[in-house]
Amino acid sequence: MDTAKIEQIIDKHHCEASALIEILLDIQNELHWLPPEALERVAARLQVPVSRIQHTATFYKAFSLVPKGRHEIHVCMGTACHVRGAQRVLEVVENLTGIQAGETDEEMKFSLDTVNCLGCCALGPVMEIDEQHLGKLAPAMAADLLKKYE
Amino acid sequence: MPRINSPAELERLRQEILSKRDPDRPRVAVCAGAGCLATGAEKVIAAFNAEIEKQGLSAEVTTKGTGCPGFCERGPVVVVGPEEICYLQVTPKDVPEIVAKTLKENKVVERLLYVDPAKKERAVHESDIPFYRNQERNIIGNNIKIDPKCIDDYFALGGYSALAKALFGMAPEQVIDEVKKSKLRGRGGGGFPTGVKWEAARATPGETKYVIVNADEGDPGAFMDRAVLEGNPHSILEGLTIGAYAIGAHEGYVYVRQEYPLALANVSLAIRQAEERGLLGRNILGSGFDFTVKVHRGAGAFVCGEETALILSLEGKPGEPKPRPPYPAAKGLWGRPTNINNVETWANVPLIINRGADWFTGFGTEKSKGTKIFSLVGKIKNTGLVEVPMGVTLRDIVYKIGDGIPGGKKFKAVQTGGPAGGCIPEQHLDIAVDFDELTKVGAIMGSGGMIVMDEDTCMVDVARYFLNFLAQESCGKCSPCREGIKQMHRILTDITEGRGKEGDIDLLEEIALSTRSASLCGLGKSAPNPVLSTIRYFRHEYEAHIREKRCPAYACKELVSYYIDPEACGACLLCMKRCTSDAISGGRNLIHVVDQVKCNRCGTCFDVCPAKFGAVIRLSGEPVPGAIPEELRVVVRKKAATQEAAKEAR
Amino acid sequence: MSEVSLEIDGKTVTAAEGTTVLDAAQGAGISIPTVCHHEKLEPFGGCRLCTVEVDAGGRTNLVAACVYPVQQDIVVRTRSKQIDGIRKVLTEQLLAYAPESEVLQKLAQEYQANKDRFAREPSFCILCGLCVRYCAEVKKKDAVGFIDRGPSREISFIPEIAAKECWDCKECFPLCPTSALQAAFVLMRSLTSLGSSHREEVRT
Repeated sequence: MDTAKIEQIIDKHHCEASALIEILLDIQNELHWLPPEALERVAARLQVPVSRIQHTATFYKAFSLVPKGRHEIHVCMGTACHVRGAQRVLEVVENLTGIQAGETDEEMKFSLDTVNCLGCCALGPVMEIDEQHLGKLAPAMAADLLKKYE
Repeated sequence: MPRINSPAELERLRQEILSKRDPDRPRVAVCAGAGCLATGAEKVIAAFNAEIEKQGLSAEVTTKGTGCPGFCERGPVVVVGPEEICYLQVTPKDVPEIVAKTLKENKVVERLLYVDPAKKERAVHESDIPFYRNQERNIIGNNIKIDPKCIDDYFALGGYSALAKALFGMAPEQVIDEVKKSKLRGRGGGGFPTGVKWEAARATPGETKYVIVNADEGDPGAFMDRAVLEGNPHSILEGLTIGAYAIGAHEGYVYVRQEYPLALANVSLAIRQAEERGLLGRNILGSGFDFTVKVHRGAGAFVCGEETALILSLEGKPGEPKPRPPYPAAKGLWGRPTNINNVETWANVPLIINRGADWFTGFGTEKSKGTKIFSLVGKIKNTGLVEVPMGVTLRDIVYKIGDGIPGGKKFKAVQTGGPAGGCIPEQHLDIAVDFDELTKVGAIMGSGGMIVMDEDTCMVDVARYFLNFLAQESCGKCSPCREGIKQMHRILTDITEGRGKEGDIDLLEEIALSTRSASLCGLGKSAPNPVLSTIRYFRHEYEAHIREKRCPAYACKELVSYYIDPEACGACLLCMKRCTSDAISGGRNLIHVVDQVKCNRCGTCFDVCPAKFGAVIRLSGEPVPGAIPEELRVVVRKKAATQEAAKEAR
Repeated sequence: MSEVSLEIDGKTVTAAEGTTVLDAAQGAGISIPTVCHHEKLEPFGGCRLCTVEVDAGGRTNLVAACVYPVQQDIVVRTRSKQIDGIRKVLTEQLLAYAPESEVLQKLAQEYQANKDRFAREPSFCILCGLCVRYCAEVKKKDAVGFIDRGPSREISFIPEIAAKECWDCKECFPLCPTSALQAAFVLMRSLTSLGSSHREEVRT
C-alpha cells in the first residue's frame, strides 16, 4: 500500500475530521478498497475514534473492506430495471461468474455488486463493467458479454 | 476570464456574447447526458466534429455536447438548429448524411425523424414530437441549449440575471416573500412550502447559517436531478446563491451522490467558473454579498437523502437520522440554522425571481403550483424525463407523452414516489397529478419517479422488491424500522416463494402499523407504503400466491414452470441453443422438452420461441403435464399435416 | 430558562424549557417504559418503547418521549389503544432476540406480548446502544461501536482497545438489557481474533 498517497489524500482535505467520508472515498477510488492500515492512519491523523471510522466504513456501501477484482461488475437493481427483468440477469451473471453479489472470485478477476440505480433507466436492464454501461440486457446475452474480460 | 463587477457589466457581457452568436447560423446540439453517453453520444460528437471539418464548415457550424433533453428512450438525440430539427438514435454512421443533407442543403434526413404512431407522420421539429409537445419544459427545456461546461451558454440564456435582480433590487425579506407568494413546494418529496422553510431559517438568530443542495437522488428509477445538475449546473448555483442571500447564509454545499460522476464533474467545474467570474466567493457582482460553495459526495446510502442524515454525512459521520424537532432551520449543520432543498426546487428559484410569483402560479393546481419533472420509466415506450404542469392526468403522462405500454401489453399500475410511495392502478389513471391527489390514492409524489408496470409485473414481488431495498438502506438505529422491514420482507419473500400462509396479510398490516407510527424518520415511516398500497389495490394477487401458490403475472420464479406444448413445438432448436441452464433436450425433428429440475426459470425460451409456434407455456398454480411417450416426440411438419388434412377433407 | 406548562395523561405539568417529555412525565410521577434510555447518557431514541401521542398545533403525532422537547400547551397521552398496540409489537420484535430478558419480560406482561410471535433470532443483541454509548460518553474509550446498517447492524469491539481496557472495566455489562452474555461473547470473539502476540500482551 502506498502510504505516501494516503498522507497526500489526508493533507488534501486539511486533516479535518468532517472530511472523513471524502477522504475515504478518495482512498477507495485510488486503491479500490480500504486497507486496515489506511484506516488506522486516518484514525490517527484525524484524531477520530477507530469505532467511528469502522462504523462509517461499513455504513456507506461505496466502501469495500476487502480488495476488489480486476473487473468490477455492477448490476443495476433499480425499480425500472427490476420491472424489466434485472433479477434474472443478475442470476445468470452470478451463475457464470460463480460468485454472489457482494463477492469477489478467487482469481480476483471479477467483483460483483448490485447497485440501486445508475440513472440510465431507458437502457434497462443495465449493468456496468469497469464503468462502461451495457444496456438492454437479456439473460442470454450475459455469457457473451462476460467472455470479453480477461 | 475577468471578474464581472456589477449587474451592468453582466448585461454588457451578455450582449457581447449574443452579438457574436447569429441565431440563424446552423448549429448541432448532441445530448451528452449520462444516458446518451452510455449509448455512444461521445462518438457521435466526434463524428460531427470530424465531418464538419472535412467539409470545410468549421467556421460556420458549431457542435456541442449538451445537457439531457429527456427523450432517453431514443438517444443519442441530436437537434440541428436553427430549425430545431430533431434526429433520434443517431449513430456515427449517420453523421455524414446529416452534414451533407441538413447542414449543407437544408434538407431533412427522413429516416432519423420521430414517427407519430397515431398520425403515422414524421415529426420534423423537436416541438412537433408528441413526447415534447405535451410537456411544459420550463426547466429542462434549457438543457439542449446549453453545453454544461460553458458558462457563456448560460449567460446567453439570461443566466445570473435573477441573482443580479435579487442582490441589487430586492431585500432578503422580499426574496422570501416572492418565493412564498409563488407557493413553490419542495420537489424532493416532502412538498413543504419552500418560502416558509426559508423564512424559518432566516428567523433563527445567528451569524453562521448554511444552505444545501440535496442531490442525493436515491429513489431508484428517478434521475431528474441528475439531468438538471449535469445539464444546467449554473441554474442550481444561481438558485442556491439567491437562497443564501435571502436566508443570510454565506456557505453552501452541494451534496451529490457518488454514483453520478458526470454531475459531480459538471457542478464542480461550474463552481470554479462562477468563482472566476465573481459570481461566487467574495463581493458577488460587487454587491458586498459573500457566498462560497463546496461539493461533497455521498457514499452509497439512500438514507442520506433525509435532511438530518445528509447533515451528519457532511459532518463526516454515519447517516443515522436525528429526531425532529429540532428542525434543521433551527439547528442543522454544526448546530447552525440550515436550509436544505432538492435540486429541482433550487432550479425553480431563478425563474420565480425573474418572471415573478404570478407567472409561476399560472401553472399547476390550487395547492400545487408550477411544473414538475418526472422520470417516466419501466414498461413504457417513451422512457425519459417529462416536465409537466402539476395537474396533468396520469393517463396523459402515460399515454400521450409516454405513448403507452410496449409489446401490446396491458397497463397494470404506475408506482410513484419511490420506496416511500405507492402503486396507482388503472381505475385512478384520470387523477390530476399533484401532491394532494396522489396522497389521496395511497401514493406520494416523492421526487418524481414514475415506474410503469404491466400485466407481467407481479405486485407482490414489487412490494418485496421495495422492502428488500429498504432493508439494505435502513440505518438500523430504531427497532420499528429495522425489525419491521426485516419481518415484512421475510413474509413477502415467503409469499413469493410459495410459503405464504393464511393470516400473512393481517400480520403484514399489523407490522406496517407499528413501523409507520413509531419509526424515527421518514424512511421507516413510509416503508410500509408499497406493501399497503399493493394490498389495497391488488389483494387478489396476494391471495392467489397464498392460497393457490399461483403468481398471476407468471413472475415469481418458484411458482412458475415453463412447459413446451408438444402439439405446438416446431423443433426449431432455438430455445435449446439459448437456454441459460442447458435444461432443454430435443433435436431437429424431436419435440423439445424442458427438464424442470435443471430449469432456472430465466424465461429465455418463452421470449425466443418464434411467434408462429408459440409453444412455450408458463404454468403457475398447476402441475406440469407429464412427459409424452418417446415415440410421439417426432415432429410432423405442420405444412405437410395441413395438406394431408385438406386432402382428406376433400 | 423559562417554564412550560403542558398536560400529560390529564395532569397539568410544568417543566423547564428544553426538558424532554419523558423527564417531565417522570417528574410528575408518570412512568413511560424505556429500554434504551439511561440517565447518565444522552437520549438515543432507538427502541421507541417510549412512544407517546402528542397533540400540538392542531395535529396529533406519535413521538419518542425521550427526545421530544416539552412545548407550551401540548397534550400528551402515554397510554392508548394505539400506543399499547405499538408497544406490544415492538416488544414482540425484541423478544425474538432475548426472550429471557427481564426488561422485555416485564414489558411482555404489561402489553400482553407473545414471545413466540416472531421467529427466534440467532443473536441476543437488541441494539439498544447502551454499551456503545456508555463507553463513548462516560468512559470515553470507544472500545465498542456499531458497524454496518439496517438488519445487518451489529456491535463490535475494537480488539486493540478492548484488550487494554475491558477486563478492568466491564461497566457496560450490567447495562445490557438482554444479558451480559452478548457483550461478553462479542468481546471474547474479537479478542481471540487478535493473534497470539496480542494475547501475550493481555496476559502480562
